[in-house]
Amino acid sequence: MSITELQYQASQVENAPAIAIQGRSQWQLTWRRLRSDKVAIASIVVIILMILFAILAPVIAHLTGHPVDQEYVNTGQTADGLPVGPGVHGFILGTDWVGRDLLVRIAYGARISLFVGLLTTAIATILGVTLGLIAGYFGGVIDGVLARFFDAALAFPYIVLALALASVFNPSLLIVIGVISFFSWAGISRIVRGQTLSLKEKEYIEAAKSLGAGPWRIMFIDILPNLLGPVLVLATLYIPTAVTFEATLSFLGIGIPEPAPSWGNILSEATGFYHVAWWYVVFPALALLITTLAFNLLGDGIRDAIDPRTERIFAGSKNRRNQRRNRRKGQGLSLDQAILVGQERDLTDGSPLPASEES
Amino acid sequence: MTGSLTTSTDSAFPSDHTFGDDVLVRVDNLVKYFPVKGSGLLARSVTNVQAVDGVSLTIKRGKTLGLVGETGCGKSTLARCIAGLIPITDGKVYFEGQDITNLSRQQMRPYRREIQMIFQDPYGALNPRRRVGSIIGEPFAIHKTASGNARKRAVQDLMERVGLNPEHYNRFPAEFSGGQRQRIGVARALALRPKLIICDEPVSALDVSIQAQVLNLLADLQDDFGLSYLFIAHDLEVVRHVSNSVTVMYLGRVAEAGPGDQVYDHPRHPYSAALLSAAPAADPDSAAQRQRIILTGDVPSPINPPSGCRFHPRCPKAQDLCAQAEPHLEPKAGDPSTHLTACHFPVEAGEDLARAGRREQR
Repeated sequence: MSITELQYQASQVENAPAIAIQGRSQWQLTWRRLRSDKVAIASIVVIILMILFAILAPVIAHLTGHPVDQEYVNTGQTADGLPVGPGVHGFILGTDWVGRDLLVRIAYGARISLFVGLLTTAIATILGVTLGLIAGYFGGVIDGVLARFFDAALAFPYIVLALALASVFNPSLLIVIGVISFFSWAGISRIVRGQTLSLKEKEYIEAAKSLGAGPWRIMFIDILPNLLGPVLVLATLYIPTAVTFEATLSFLGIGIPEPAPSWGNILSEATGFYHVAWWYVVFPALALLITTLAFNLLGDGIRDAIDPRTERIFAGSKNRRNQRRNRRKGQGLSLDQAILVGQERDLTDGSPLPASEES
Repeated sequence: MTGSLTTSTDSAFPSDHTFGDDVLVRVDNLVKYFPVKGSGLLARSVTNVQAVDGVSLTIKRGKTLGLVGETGCGKSTLARCIAGLIPITDGKVYFEGQDITNLSRQQMRPYRREIQMIFQDPYGALNPRRRVGSIIGEPFAIHKTASGNARKRAVQDLMERVGLNPEHYNRFPAEFSGGQRQRIGVARALALRPKLIICDEPVSALDVSIQAQVLNLLADLQDDFGLSYLFIAHDLEVVRHVSNSVTVMYLGRVAEAGPGDQVYDHPRHPYSAALLSAAPAADPDSAAQRQRIILTGDVPSPINPPSGCRFHPRCPKAQDLCAQAEPHLEPKAGDPSTHLTACHFPVEAGEDLARAGRREQR
């Protein structure tokens, strides 16, 4: 490194607003903050375990020696034809009403639930973001028509539509995915539209226009990256909603048809047996609860990490305590923390509002 | 410098001979109204904000035209009209003799490369989520002039040219100071080697030491690339420093236009004189001698501008005629033909407007 280069860098350091050793992207910073959030990390671990549980369902079936649809009339049922409890005859979580292994069925159910949850969220997000951007950016008549369409989709009684569809067609995975996707995108669209309305007035959008950028380029290259934060939070929070939605539809018998297991239809079957077979209700419900809770907590964590200014309602006192502690420490911050603090401060301009403030 | 600006009030049919080779942009009687929607069920847009109302000006090749005036006088609107960012209500804009008024985006595309803008707010004009390299490289991406490594090299050359460290290619705007960000904005504007850069208050948001750096950079670039600037500011000293000629706007109209020294040393329009008297002087001796002309009242609403001369309600020299007849923008007695003033009773040399203003108040 030459002396002039050193001098040049020294002058740059003097001019630099933050201790910027290297350009960290928004996402790198978000990840750094997320990493220090124990609840969010625990949620990620739980979600990964749940996904592994779903992926490894055939392995579990193989290890237990119980295929998913195999009905164990002799070992899997009591003399009265009722399900056997956990641990009996090698059924770790017991059996269901026709003597199938509950653990294996919950594992296979996780496949359906997570697949439906993730796929419908992806569809709803892509659809919602695209339509929201179009409505917000173009405005005028297009916005008027689309915004009424969002309202209509949000106001629609989804159970009624699902019931109608299920009675016209036979219940199927495709209908479940269609119905859930259709009822999820409008909420995302509304938020994206609102954000787009404010973002499109920014000077950098005008700068892009003066360079000759077209509307699609502005929407997807200039506006969308500024929306990804709130959209990511929303999408994370939509996954558990979609999982529950699927369970609801399956519970009502208009979702995933038998004999394919889903958490919803296992619970539906279990309603007739809960007074004699507690495990039949508790374990699938627990799987559902753990999954939705983990996604919700992760969503909260991501929101906090993306925008450190917002305080979580219940964690408010903790955040304030941390702030006080940091102030008391004063110069006691490590260099690493100082960098993070400096950059957090810098990030406060231009970062979009969190989704929660908009909705 | 003489003859670097011609301004006319007549919107005569411009024929090709009116465009000398040295004329880059000619704005002819430009009008921009923003409709104001009334409230109520059947309300139609009955009123207009007359942001720019009949402004004509000429920008010469390789020269700088300064545009000054109070906040809200239509400077920025005029700039956006010339840059083709907002549609024009009436009037014409010519670029190198070609009519570029209200072109479609596709038609405007070739001219986008020639006309670029530098914005006032160095924080707002850069997308916070994009790396500097991608911000400066955007013009190349949009016009598909360079890609991949060639684009990266071009961007780094530009960064070096405007005084940024090319190694900071991958940083985000938030990691730069205000002055550095404005340099990024300059680099982006420069990328396509435009002929005209419209500077919309490029240094207003910067502190004074940084202002000088950015102004010097702009001057260097003008010399190197033969750029023309339309330089908008409300800091009169900055405008005087950079401009060959100056146009003073008041409430959507041109009050006075001419070579910089003429307008600054011999202002003929009472508004220009008041504006100049209000500018702080660096020399305390001259500051002590200075007589400030205090204007009374507020800037009238551009929705319903005053009749006749728009400045008459606040003018210390106003007479009955001013409220009735609109003054033409023309050379006044004793002025060179390039120095135009729209005033019935122009300020004479040695006249004490400050005293006149005080008498008026009493």
